[in-house]
Amino acid sequence: MIAAPAQQRQAAGARGPRPWALALLAVGTAGLAVASLFVGGFDIDLPGLAADPEQLRQFLVSRVPRTLAIVFAAVAMSVSGVVMQLLTQNRFVEPTTAGTTQWAGLGMLLAVLLWPNAPFLTRLVLATVLALLGTLAFMAIIQRIRTRDKLMVPLVGIMLGAVVGAVSTFLAIEFDLLQSMGAWRSAGFSGIVRGYYEPLWVAAIVAIAIYVLADRLTLAGLGRDIATNAGLDYRTAMLLGVSAVALCTGVTSVVVGFLPFLGLIVPNLVSMLMGDDLKRSLPWVALTGAAILLLCDIVGRIVVAPMEIPVSVILGVIGSAVFLAIALRGRRAG
Amino acid sequence: MIKFHDVTKEYGGHRVLGPVSGRIEAGGITALIGPNGAGKSTLLSIVGRLMQPTSGGASVDGLDVRTAPTRELATRLAILSQEHRLDARITVRDLVAFGRFPHTQGRLTFGDHAHIDRALDFLELTGLQHRYLDELSGGQRQRAFVAMVLAQDTEVVLLDEPLNNLDLKHAVLIMRQLRRAADLLGRTIVIVIHDLAIAAAYADRVIALKQGQIAHSGTVEEVMTAEIVSELYETPVRILEVDGRRVPVVMP
Repeated sequence: MIAAPAQQRQAAGARGPRPWALALLAVGTAGLAVASLFVGGFDIDLPGLAADPEQLRQFLVSRVPRTLAIVFAAVAMSVSGVVMQLLTQNRFVEPTTAGTTQWAGLGMLLAVLLWPNAPFLTRLVLATVLALLGTLAFMAIIQRIRTRDKLMVPLVGIMLGAVVGAVSTFLAIEFDLLQSMGAWRSAGFSGIVRGYYEPLWVAAIVAIAIYVLADRLTLAGLGRDIATNAGLDYRTAMLLGVSAVALCTGVTSVVVGFLPFLGLIVPNLVSMLMGDDLKRSLPWVALTGAAILLLCDIVGRIVVAPMEIPVSVILGVIGSAVFLAIALRGRRAG
Repeated sequence: MIKFHDVTKEYGGHRVLGPVSGRIEAGGITALIGPNGAGKSTLLSIVGRLMQPTSGGASVDGLDVRTAPTRELATRLAILSQEHRLDARITVRDLVAFGRFPHTQGRLTFGDHAHIDRALDFLELTGLQHRYLDELSGGQRQRAFVAMVLAQDTEVVLLDEPLNNLDLKHAVLIMRQLRRAADLLGRTIVIVIHDLAIAAAYADRVIALKQGQIAHSGTVEEVMTAEIVSELYETPVRILEVDGRRVPVVMP
């Protein structure tokens, strides 16, 4: 037998950027988070924070929650995307192209209709449950289709999402809730304040849980046969993964709204650099997602200041372009 | 030892396998041969618990493969099926490391790395270990999957057409490694294989399936006769003796 030299073993699986690159990304993301704290209609600066109680109050009530909400929502959507892409073995699937987000939206609407005075938690639970059921239905359908065409899978998801979205719109028209639906469709962080964003902490907790389960999800991503051979209970792994996605999407949908494409572009960018081993790629996915969403939000706040462009609009513009680029690239690669 | 009894598999009322019963003794290489659609892969998948039989059952080392915990089975039997994801961006080394998953649940020790290094070395993949699977040729990828199964280090190894996409050199390389695992480590290896010359050269026993039934079962000498092979494939085949070995040859 040949014993690999220690150096080689240290480099085991070493592909893509070195560890310091991750630190660099973390510093960059932290920088954007700080920038996000100090951009906005109300002038806030460091000396002011120390001297002016009103500035400090604004900072704690509005700015800090907003920045945290952006970070958590970004982590939720990009981590959801990478998990969905593993489990479906398809690079075009994420919560908005699998219908998960639309199901969450329908759940939220139903909660408002059925129990108008119910606490926030009701909306959250119903959104998550419908997101879970809808995503499981999507997974069941695509397993039956068994098509060779990778673009067929997101098309099915987008179609399902459109049907669910149409049902939601119909209900909203019937019950005169179209305006709040519109607000939900154009997600933004301008309304995020203390006492409202806190459920998003769930996303951070789920992200940690996914990190713990990373090896299992990567194995499940290699297919049912290989996962089973390795002694993994494939169905349980799938169910855990889909539940995590539903929870992240449910929370984000209820608190922030519809954040398209983030779950698509981030995992694809990271996969090119880092590969698909989730244990290695997950920190990159979370940080890249946060950086992109922070940047989109800052841009949205600056370009038409003192007004704001909702972050979902900017994401939609960037995301659809990247989606097309990936789709065309995938076609060329065969 | 592998046992299966009264195994059948039906798709939509159409029976593709069985009922078949039999046993494969511990140790040595058993080749499953037969024409396309004979049920070879189906039988292998049922024994390897990747597929549920319509009726009947199978056991490995006395463990019923339908009821035993899949994690425990994974420490005793490894199975490589034919279809794999082709576009996964997982490095060869990481893939082979997943062969250790049943033993470690993800926490690799020094001993696990030794298993991984050895499997990579056996299949001449050490130089490719940091390449992503989607950057490899079909044959290189196939070797990586075989290395993963060997790193799993189980008593029983089931392989469904592992020589797919492989050139002669690498086909022989894999068969030599399997022979070595059988001879030195006493492993029980079952392999679905289409190349009869390679099967005759490396296998100890042959099970021939046809139309979902076991047509013949026995040693290479017993099964690899011109009469049996010609009838099995409905194609005239002659068997030559070269250095005391059976070599099936197709007659044009």
